[in-house]
Amino acid sequence: MTVATTYRTCPRSGLQFEHQAETLMKANAFVAVVWLLVGGLLAIGVVLTRWPAVHWLEAETFYMVLTAHGIDMLIFWIIFFEIAVLYFCASTLLRCRIATPKFAWLAFALMLIGSVVNNIAVFRGASSVMMTSYVPMMAEPNFYLGLILFAVGALIACFVFFGTLVVAKREKTYEGSVPLVTFGAITAAIIAVFTIASGAIILIPTWLMSLGVVKEVNPLVYRTIWWAFGHSSQQINVAAHISVWYLVAAIAFGAKPMSERVSRTAFLLYILFLQLASAHHLLADPGLSTGWKVVNTSYFMYFAVLASMLHGLTIPGAMEVAQRQKGFTKGLFEWLRKAPWGNPTFSGVFIALIGFGFLGGISGVMMGTEQLNMIIHNTIYVPGHFHATVVVGTTLTFMALTYYLIPVLFRREMIAPALARWQPYLFGFSMYFFCLVMMGAGTLGVSRRHWDMAFQGAALAYEWPGAAYLMMALVGLGGIVAIAGGAIYIYVTVGSLLWGKKLESGAISAKFTPVGRAAPTVAAQSYGSIGFAAPGTFALAMVFLLSFVLYYFINWKYLSTLWGLS
Amino acid sequence: MSAILPPAERLWYKHPIDRVEGTWIVIALTWCLIMFAMMVGWHIWGNQNLSTETYRTKPELFTAKAQAMVDKHTVRTETDEKTPVVAPPPGSDVYMLARLWSFWPILELEKDKTYRLHLTSMDYNHGFSLQPANINIQIVPGFEHVITVTPNQSGTFSVVCNEFCGIGHHRMVGRIYVK
Repeated sequence: MTVATTYRTCPRSGLQFEHQAETLMKANAFVAVVWLLVGGLLAIGVVLTRWPAVHWLEAETFYMVLTAHGIDMLIFWIIFFEIAVLYFCASTLLRCRIATPKFAWLAFALMLIGSVVNNIAVFRGASSVMMTSYVPMMAEPNFYLGLILFAVGALIACFVFFGTLVVAKREKTYEGSVPLVTFGAITAAIIAVFTIASGAIILIPTWLMSLGVVKEVNPLVYRTIWWAFGHSSQQINVAAHISVWYLVAAIAFGAKPMSERVSRTAFLLYILFLQLASAHHLLADPGLSTGWKVVNTSYFMYFAVLASMLHGLTIPGAMEVAQRQKGFTKGLFEWLRKAPWGNPTFSGVFIALIGFGFLGGISGVMMGTEQLNMIIHNTIYVPGHFHATVVVGTTLTFMALTYYLIPVLFRREMIAPALARWQPYLFGFSMYFFCLVMMGAGTLGVSRRHWDMAFQGAALAYEWPGAAYLMMALVGLGGIVAIAGGAIYIYVTVGSLLWGKKLESGAISAKFTPVGRAAPTVAAQSYGSIGFAAPGTFALAMVFLLSFVLYYFINWKYLSTLWGLS
Repeated sequence: MSAILPPAERLWYKHPIDRVEGTWIVIALTWCLIMFAMMVGWHIWGNQNLSTETYRTKPELFTAKAQAMVDKHTVRTETDEKTPVVAPPPGSDVYMLARLWSFWPILELEKDKTYRLHLTSMDYNHGFSLQPANINIQIVPGFEHVITVTPNQSGTFSVVCNEFCGIGHHRMVGRIYVK
């Protein structure tokens, strides 16, 4: 079957872009960045209100802004970008045309309309229900309708992605198995289907309830199913950004996976177990049995934790092996010192990887432990954790990928390369700081989603310790610096599209060039030291494990001093 | 560039695993098993486990039970709203209801004595955040959660609502005295 389309081979990267897929990727990535801009502006309101000395917005405005910030960042920015990544991993990496481009545009339109409808509902002011929108607190019907339209669009986009894989297979555009990065994207898309289905199951009745058609949605059932959507959507991010890490390791170093089997099995564990992690949001809830909580969050979730710990080793490990083959073999860390730290695509990914593991990963496992959850549930520790996973992990990774895509996909020379070089450091490290102080404040008990820690007007106010006020001031400070870092990203990205020098598009042909297998492995590995191919990475992994074990047991120690509960 | 290319070997899954990876898999799996054992073990040997005793309830049913306790054991009232301070006997059932935007009533408990604390919400989701101890429990409307508590320190404890419940959320603070 031949379809009238053209394929462009990028002269800078050698990647081949199919015309329709390329336009779709650009559109989705662009809208994603617009949502990031909106969410970033809203973040100013959030941090300047939670900074006790500033306490900027009125309560009503604050809750509205916080609702919009959560939805625009966690859902709209990330999922639009992920759709672009999915199309890239299917169409570009497999060098095939995108399946049903008309449906892909329909998906794009539904997502765009849905996101705008939802935001209008939020900014009308009567839908300040936070991203979680727990019933029986109700938003305007359009709040739910917007989310439902968006979800349907995203679901269609996932099926376009699956269809593209079928096209590639049928038209034999590649040899053997799909590349690891595409494999990772497949796991992300499978998790996305589960996620979106859960969202539909719970948001449709809630929408009908807001219209008065359905009388009641059980609050506990809502929480259980909503989290199968709310948490799993973050697992799409994990699978997607880890795929991007492998992609960047391949691009920046020519690194090959240490073992296809280990990396792919780890992705497979995500499909099987990650969604169950959503149960940890219900650890402090009544009505669910201990067995259910333990089985889901421990027995099953630890398989997903195991998977993340594997990726955390194999990605830097692959970089190390590649660097050692280039001759950077001195000591444990010469490979890392001589890495391209001036390239924002690499530095962004590396800062994301370390932050995701140390800050997001360790805190996430602590929170997901049934008993330990009681000392952080609904405190500001929780946003501290997920800013480490979603902002440091996913957002920073996507930012890093954008720097690569500006010349390759958008065919523009990047403006202000010096700014771009510093941006991952500024944004990444200020987010590290922001997350740490937020977790510090949460450890002292400060609530999340709370307008005033001084409890203005309360009959029985509680006085937080001075340290909690200090931490929240630092949250404000770190947040502002991070927002500045985000602004630089928007400036460089949008500026490059507007004013960047146009780059040549490369040879255009009416036919795809099939993609062959990777070059065969060098048979004899030149081992680093003590018989390990990647000793430096292993040493880093040991530091990680040590921090993990210490932090985990410190929390148990604190828990043991509390009131007896049974 | 092989993570973005199809694997070199057709039978890539037969490629031997490197020693770094093999060692790390064993270590990581062991650590996961230790964490699993911790969670289960704490149920057997630990003293801080969240109860799962839950009943369906309705606002009027729960209010009636709380009112009965208040009528019997009120020792004084506090604040402008004359919130009763209730000192029920150790070992008894004590009630605290969460509503827009207060916790009711104020409880007065004795140190190292055990009580069955009943929690529910009259309207939206609320949060029971006991400060400065920092114990946090979700309160879901329609469900009565019974938690056996044994305060181990005396002093004044605040109950901060930490689940967003509307415009007056920041005013919603309750109190528990421990003597």
